[in-house]
Amino acid sequence: MLGNLEKIKQQFQEELNKVNSNAELEKIRVTFLGKKGLVTEQLKNLRDLTPEEKRTAGMQVNNLKNDIEQAIVEYQKTLEEKEYLQEINNAERYDYTIPCGKSPGTLHPITIVQKRIEDIFKTMGFIIEDGLEIQTEYNNFEAVNIPKNHPARDMQDTYYLDNGQLLKTHTSAAQNTIMRKYGVPKTGEPMKVLFPGRCFRNENIDASHENTFFQLEGMMIGDDISISNLIYFMKVLLSEVFERDVKVRLRPGFFPFVEPGFELDINCEICEGKGCTTCKHSGWLELLPCGMIHPNVLRMGGIDPERYTGFAFGLGLTRLAMMKYNIKDIRLFNSGNLKQLRQFTR
Amino acid sequence: MLISMNWISEFTDLSGVNIKELINRFTLSTAEVEDVYEMGKNIKDVVVGKIIEVNDHPNSKKLHLVKVDIGTEVVEVVCGAPNVFVGAVVPFAKLGGRVGDLEIKEVPIAGVVSRGMCCSEKELGISDDHSGLMIIEEDYPLGTDIKEFMQLEDIVFEVDNKSLTNRPDLWGHYGIAREIAALNKRPLKPLELADTSIYRSLPPIDLKVEDDKRIYRFSCITMDNISKKKSPINMRIRLTYCGMRPINLLADLTNYLMMEIGQPMHAYDNRKVKDIRVKTFSEPFDFLTLDGVTRRIDSDTLMICDIKEPIGIAGIMGGELSSIFYDTSSVLLESANFEGTGVRKSATRLGLRTDASSRYEKTLDPEMTVIAIERFMKLLMDIDPGVKVTSCLTDSYVKRYDKITVDFDKAYIDKYTGIDIPSDLMEETLTYLGFKVTRDGDKFSVVVPSWRATKDVTMKADIVEEITRIYGYDNFEINSTKSLLSPVRHSVERDNEYRIKIFLSDKYDMNEVHSYIWYETKMNKELGIVTEPNVRIVNSVTAENDTIRSTIIPSLLGFVYKNVDSNPEMGMYEIGRVADGLTEDGLCNERKRLGIVIASKVLSEKEVFFKLKEAVERVIMDIKNISPVFVENNEINKYNYVHAVNSAGIKLKDLEIGYLSILNPKIRNNIDKKLNVAFAEIDIDDMEKIDAMPLEYKEVSKYPGVTVDLSLLVDKEIRYETLSKYIDMYPCQYLDRYYLVDIFEDDRILQNKKSVTVRFEFVSMERTLESHEIQSMVDGLLAVLKSKNIELR
Repeated sequence: MLGNLEKIKQQFQEELNKVNSNAELEKIRVTFLGKKGLVTEQLKNLRDLTPEEKRTAGMQVNNLKNDIEQAIVEYQKTLEEKEYLQEINNAERYDYTIPCGKSPGTLHPITIVQKRIEDIFKTMGFIIEDGLEIQTEYNNFEAVNIPKNHPARDMQDTYYLDNGQLLKTHTSAAQNTIMRKYGVPKTGEPMKVLFPGRCFRNENIDASHENTFFQLEGMMIGDDISISNLIYFMKVLLSEVFERDVKVRLRPGFFPFVEPGFELDINCEICEGKGCTTCKHSGWLELLPCGMIHPNVLRMGGIDPERYTGFAFGLGLTRLAMMKYNIKDIRLFNSGNLKQLRQFTR
Repeated sequence: MLISMNWISEFTDLSGVNIKELINRFTLSTAEVEDVYEMGKNIKDVVVGKIIEVNDHPNSKKLHLVKVDIGTEVVEVVCGAPNVFVGAVVPFAKLGGRVGDLEIKEVPIAGVVSRGMCCSEKELGISDDHSGLMIIEEDYPLGTDIKEFMQLEDIVFEVDNKSLTNRPDLWGHYGIAREIAALNKRPLKPLELADTSIYRSLPPIDLKVEDDKRIYRFSCITMDNISKKKSPINMRIRLTYCGMRPINLLADLTNYLMMEIGQPMHAYDNRKVKDIRVKTFSEPFDFLTLDGVTRRIDSDTLMICDIKEPIGIAGIMGGELSSIFYDTSSVLLESANFEGTGVRKSATRLGLRTDASSRYEKTLDPEMTVIAIERFMKLLMDIDPGVKVTSCLTDSYVKRYDKITVDFDKAYIDKYTGIDIPSDLMEETLTYLGFKVTRDGDKFSVVVPSWRATKDVTMKADIVEEITRIYGYDNFEINSTKSLLSPVRHSVERDNEYRIKIFLSDKYDMNEVHSYIWYETKMNKELGIVTEPNVRIVNSVTAENDTIRSTIIPSLLGFVYKNVDSNPEMGMYEIGRVADGLTEDGLCNERKRLGIVIASKVLSEKEVFFKLKEAVERVIMDIKNISPVFVENNEINKYNYVHAVNSAGIKLKDLEIGYLSILNPKIRNNIDKKLNVAFAEIDIDDMEKIDAMPLEYKEVSKYPGVTVDLSLLVDKEIRYETLSKYIDMYPCQYLDRYYLVDIFEDDRILQNKKSVTVRFEFVSMERTLESHEIQSMVDGLLAVLKSKNIELR
């Protein structure tokens, strides 16, 4: 009996050493521990022994069974590790430097800049409005205090259409419509509107001139809106737009739709106001026209200039995008050139 | 415009004033100063010298050896000027001195040492005359520094002309001086004038204004016995510093007056011009202006004439034949005020914009004409005391501007400014600026001075500007508004635009483009795109692109063409405006349209088509939560780039909002035969008429569902939508949903049929369905389909 067990153990060791896969291991398990396995057979043989012998031999067979079971479990682990290493070592090497996919879609640079500014103004309580691109002479000129015979109405600047309308020359063309839409502001609740739009000037185009460009205009009208408020809002908003603490200064500037009218300068970021070529050594950059809305403009918009005052400002959106992205040639914007436009990924 | 500080200081005291600071304040309060020049700093140790000996240079024919007496010594120099002569008194730059960029050192010139330099006017920077040495005619002791009698040192600043367009009063030094006086709070000196009343008894000039539409005032006078030809040196320096070229005394004086008080003047030779008629001509004619050019004068241009013929274009330029000559000693002096718009329009039509016309354009003050004449006479008589006045001041004041009085109170100003400017300060400021102020406490009544009353200052808001700009915007306390907290109306349509853009760019890798609002005619021709006639631009500088687009697609196809060589795959979109004809009231029917185009050499035409369809469907779903339907639309076949078969209208609820199409092969072949192109156009305004559906959550059954895939044999020409209608005809409460899995087509196996695999999902909310129930539902469905000639494959 003992000799038999010793033999089985030896045979098991020999066969286990030859095993290379889980399947083979399973085979061995069946061979030794299966219902008709060699070890199981030995247990059956115990029937013919005396109780004394039974106990001793039984223990020995059980020990063998446990040894074999443990050996198989351990061997299985080794095998799994081996297989794992094999899979890792034989894995296809992916070239993670291969570029993936196509170039991402892009927004137009004007859209990117416009959205950012709109978002800033929204946080300050401004409504975003839209205007028509094809306008009446009244809205584009008369309603913003540019009477007939004003030089700005000369033929060479404005695209006139054969139905008597024109392509709007400035976003101010929407002022009258917006004033009429929102009506007289309630006490303490000024009308705050931002209206970006595409404008047109009848001129030949080159690297710095476009006949089609974007502006952005805002106005705030109420019963207590003052020059002091205008300066405050401009300073706060422009600091947001330029992401720095902007210093602003106002100079007199003449625009028919405001009185008083101003040119607003911001301190030059490049030289920090010390003077450089960008700011023509003045330390200031001319940025935008603004002013208190002309009483005539308010009146034509149905708002009593004796009771209400307001300010308005305009910003060249195309120019701002050129500043932001360092674009030298204004023709890029309407070129449809994908090589250029695909660069504006954010 | 260039402004000389020396000139300004004649009218207001600048002693002790920091000029740089003043110029900065001028920028902030009046008009933008673009540049500041310090003149004469680079002229040093130049003295009066007298040439006492001239000898030939041994080595040069052009050069001379010259001995110059400069009082303390006699210096030998080599001089190349052609006008050296013994006795000439000249500016002489001594050793160690400086003339412009040139430092004066002992240098050999052609072998002979020169110890100084005799100077020309150009070298001194006071004119462009380089014909020879400057000859000093006045009597100064030899060795006197020329700066003692020549105002070489000056600060000249350049004001941006654009910032003066609304200020007719600032087109001369006197007006600028008034501003500076107000900024410094120092008085403005009155102009020194000749008294013309003493000539009242002299005969008047025969003056008739025959066309009074374009003129306010015409003033003139005649003078004789003018003997001086050259202007005094300091007048010439000022003119040069201010950008004018000195010519002769009379011409210089008219220019000097224009630069001083802004009033253009013209001097006619009194030998030729004795009388004045101001009129227009009904027939166009040619006229020779004093720049030697013959110009066509039309019937809208006001002309100055004598009794026989035209002698000048009113407000623009005088005639060649009537102008003063070198030997002129008697003049008829014109000082007039013409209507600004008329002058501007005439100047534009003639293509001739002059210093005079650009001033008249600003609507000058007619009160200035006589003042200018009196100032001219004062200056002329100081220079040339022998001048004899030969007529009385003849003045035709055709039209007058209304006197403007503005009433306001402090409260109005306070509301406008948001700060508290004391009434006393307001009064002081306005008074300095020439307003006549009557005040009762905080109540003001001010009379606008004539030089501001031609268009510039008319109402209270204008007064606010006068007070605040002199107060200084830098001195404003800045405040936020006192407003209530109120919710902001959401701009849904603008939000949707951004959603569409971001959706197409992010999910479909498309590029947003912008194109022009007009058709690019050349491009369309090249691609064979035919567009409908539409509203047109009447005056475009690029005349061929005169038609406003009624659809956005041709612009996008043009971009496809531009990019096709370097881009085998493209996806572009634009949200832009078109004019879809006119509305009933004759205005353009402006629409906001979304145009999308997909083009590929990689994908098949069919793949491109369905990629576009998917993009369109999903972008609309994203915005509206409504599935659009695609329907037959024959109207779009009017566009010759639309594909007659593979195109469809896009319908949202009951409204057709656009279409999509494969590019017509004819146009495609003009772009690239191998390129597969599909495009869509959606009317955003129409789309926004349909409200978005709210999202509704549907309870999911607790019981398991059963899916059944059925491959159905369908006639090839039957669209999925039709099949879908047939399926819907079978009433089945447990059919939760069904959707297309696959379409298989193979003519060899299926002949005229296609196999459409549809997945049906059956579920009950109450229980688990039994298999026989499913079977009977499938059978029922198949029975309905069979009646439509559709069988299971």
